[in-house]
Amino acid sequence: MPVEIYLNVAASGLLTGLVYGLMALGLSVIFGVVRVVNFAHGEMMTLAMYLTLVLFSALKLDPLILLVPVAAVLFVFGYLLQRGLINPFINRPEHSQFMLLVAVALVLVNVQLIVFGPDAQGIRTAYSFDSFQLGALIVDASKVYAAGAALVVAGALFAFFRWTLLGKAIRACADNYDGARVVGLDVKRLYALTFGIGSACVGAAGAMLMAVIDVTPTIGPAYTLLAFVIVITGGLGSMPGALLGGLLIGLTEALGGVLFTPSAKSMFAFGLLVLVLLFRPQGILGRKAAA
Amino acid sequence: MSFDRRRFNQTLAAATLGSLAPFNIARAQSGRLKVGVLLPRSGIQAGIGQDCHRVVEITNGLLRDLGLPALDIMNGDTESNVDVARSRAERLIGEGAQLLVGAFDSGQTTAIAQVAEQRGIPLVINIAAAPPITEQGYKFVFRNFATAPMILGDAFANQLEVFAATGVSPKSVVFMHVNDTFGQAMQRGFTGVMKKFTMPYTVADTIAYDPAARDLSVEVAKAKATGAEALVMVSRLNDAILITRELVKQRWNPTAVLSMGPGWYEDQYLKTLGKLGDGPISFVPWYDPNKKLAQQLQAAHQKAYPDISLNTNHVYTFEALLVAADAHKRAGSTDPKALADAIRATNITNNVSPGPGIQFDAKGQNSKLKNSAIQNRGGKLVTVAPKDAADAKPQLPMTPYDKR
Repeated sequence: MPVEIYLNVAASGLLTGLVYGLMALGLSVIFGVVRVVNFAHGEMMTLAMYLTLVLFSALKLDPLILLVPVAAVLFVFGYLLQRGLINPFINRPEHSQFMLLVAVALVLVNVQLIVFGPDAQGIRTAYSFDSFQLGALIVDASKVYAAGAALVVAGALFAFFRWTLLGKAIRACADNYDGARVVGLDVKRLYALTFGIGSACVGAAGAMLMAVIDVTPTIGPAYTLLAFVIVITGGLGSMPGALLGGLLIGLTEALGGVLFTPSAKSMFAFGLLVLVLLFRPQGILGRKAAA
Repeated sequence: MSFDRRRFNQTLAAATLGSLAPFNIARAQSGRLKVGVLLPRSGIQAGIGQDCHRVVEITNGLLRDLGLPALDIMNGDTESNVDVARSRAERLIGEGAQLLVGAFDSGQTTAIAQVAEQRGIPLVINIAAAPPITEQGYKFVFRNFATAPMILGDAFANQLEVFAATGVSPKSVVFMHVNDTFGQAMQRGFTGVMKKFTMPYTVADTIAYDPAARDLSVEVAKAKATGAEALVMVSRLNDAILITRELVKQRWNPTAVLSMGPGWYEDQYLKTLGKLGDGPISFVPWYDPNKKLAQQLQAAHQKAYPDISLNTNHVYTFEALLVAADAHKRAGSTDPKALADAIRATNITNNVSPGPGIQFDAKGQNSKLKNSAIQNRGGKLVTVAPKDAADAKPQLPMTPYDKR
C-alpha cells in the first residue's frame, strides 16, 4: 500500500481528533471542577448539532459562525441544568448523580426523536465537498476548518482559565473547595458557570461536527462513550489531556482502520484505553489522586 | 349436595364462558384477517421501517380494487432490535394477530420466524435476504423476497448485461460491505456466486465497515489505494451517502458504483446528494415497470406520497400483504393453519415484482423472483436490466464528480 495513504489517513484522524478533543474538553472541565461526570455529554452535543441545523436552515450561515450562538445557548442550558437539577445532587452518592444524568440523556434523545425524527440530517456548505491537495496529501476542507476552530476555542478556554479572574476563581474551586469558600467565593455560582462553560465547549464542538458528519438523535450515547474514552486516556480533569486524548484516539482509530480492518477501528481506541489504564491509570497527563 | 351462592356464581360463569366460546372461535375464523405488521420504525433502521409502513397505509384500497378482502392491520415496532422484534411478535400474537408480516432486517426476521413457527402463526416475510430463514424446515414461514445468493446471482447476470450494453467493463473492483447480518450474508455469498459467472473483473480488496459508522474516510482511502476501477457495494442509506461524499472529497472517480443492497437508490440519497448522486447502478429486488399492478401501485403511491418514489421497501411490503389477503380469500377462514396451507398454494401472476409471479416452494421461498438493475439518472431512477423489465439503457462510465 502506498505511503501517502497512511499520511492521508493520519492527517484525517488528527483533524477529527482535534474536534473530538474539544468535545471531551467540556467533559473534563466539568469533572475537574464540579466533580460530576456528565453522562448526558454526547446527547448535549447532538442537541447542539440540531440547533446548528435549525439555525443553518433559517439563516444560511456557516456552522463555524453559528458555533458562537450555539455555544452561548448551550452555556445557558448547562448553567440552568446545573443550578436547577444537578446542584441538589452535588453531595449525593455517585450512583444518584449517574442516574440523574442518564435520565437527562434519555429525555434529550427522545425529545430529539419526536422533534426531528429518526433520519440522518446534514448541512451542505460551500466547502462540503472540497479538499486541499498538498502533493500526494488530500485533506478534507471541512475537517481542516473544524479542527482550526477547535484549536481557537480550546486556546480561548486555556487563556480564560489562565489569565482571567473568573477563570482563576473556578480553578481555585477545583483545587480546594473549602479554601475557595473561606476566601468568599460563591462556589455554587461558580459550579453552575463551569457546567455552562463545559456545555458551551460541547456546543461549539457540535456546531463544528455538523460540518463534518450528519446527525441523528441516536448518535449521542456513542459520543458520550467516546468522550469518556478520550478524557480517561488523556487524564480525567486535565484540559491538555483531553485534547491530547482526542488526537490520540482520532489517530489510533484512523491508522487501526487502515492497517487492520476498518470495521474494528473502535477496538483500537479501546485497546489504547486499556493500555493507559494498565500502565498509567491516572491518564497520560492526569495527576495521581492524593493517598 | 348444597348449592350455595359461590357455587351458583361459579356455575353461571362457567356456563357463560362455555356458551360464548364457540362464537369466539367462529368470529375469529370468519372476520377480517388481523395482520401483525412488524417493522423497525424506530432505532437505527427507523427511516426504512417508516418507508415500508407508507405502503401499509394504502394497501387496503388496492386490495379492494383487486377484489380481495381488506386487512385489519396491527402495527408493531421492532425498534431495530432483535430481542424487541421477538417480544413484539409474541405480543401481537397474544393480542390476536392471525398472520404476521415483516420485518425488513434478517436478524429481526429470524427471531420473528422462530416465534411464528412455535405459535403456529404464518409469517410472510416482506424483506430479509439471509438464506437460513427458509432453510430451517419451518411450516409457517414464507418469503417473497430474494435470498442473498439469488440477489447476487441476478446481480452478476445483470452486470454482464450492463457491461455488454455499455461496452465498459471494469478490470478490478473493491467489495465494500456493511458489517451486519445482511452484509455478512452477502459477503459470504459474493465469492461463491461470482465463480459461477465469467466476470471481467478481479476483487482487489474486501472491506467491511460498521453499520453505525459516522466517518468512512478511512474505508474509502483504503479502497482508493488499491487502484481498483470500480466499487461493488452492500450498504445501507447513511453509509451510502457518507461513501459518496468521501469519493468526492478524496477525488476518486470510479468507472462504476455497483450496489447490491439498499441505500444508493433511495429518495434521501438522491435528495441529499443532488447531481452527485447520479450514476450508481443498484442490483436489487425491484418492480417491473411494465406490469399492470406495478403501475397501479405506483399511481396509488404517487397520489399518497407525491415526493417519494416507489421502491423495494414499498413493493415487497405490499406484496407480502397481497399474499396475506389472497390466502385469506382462498382459505375463507382466519384459522392460521388454513391460512398457511393457502399461502403454500399461492399462485399470483398479477403482481408487481419482476419474474413470473408469486409462488412458494416446499421451503416457503419464492425462488422464481427476478431482480433488476436500476440507475440513478437526473435525480430519478430508471430500470436498465434485465432487458424485458427495463425502461432505459444503462450509461457507463459514471461522469467524474468534478465535471458535474
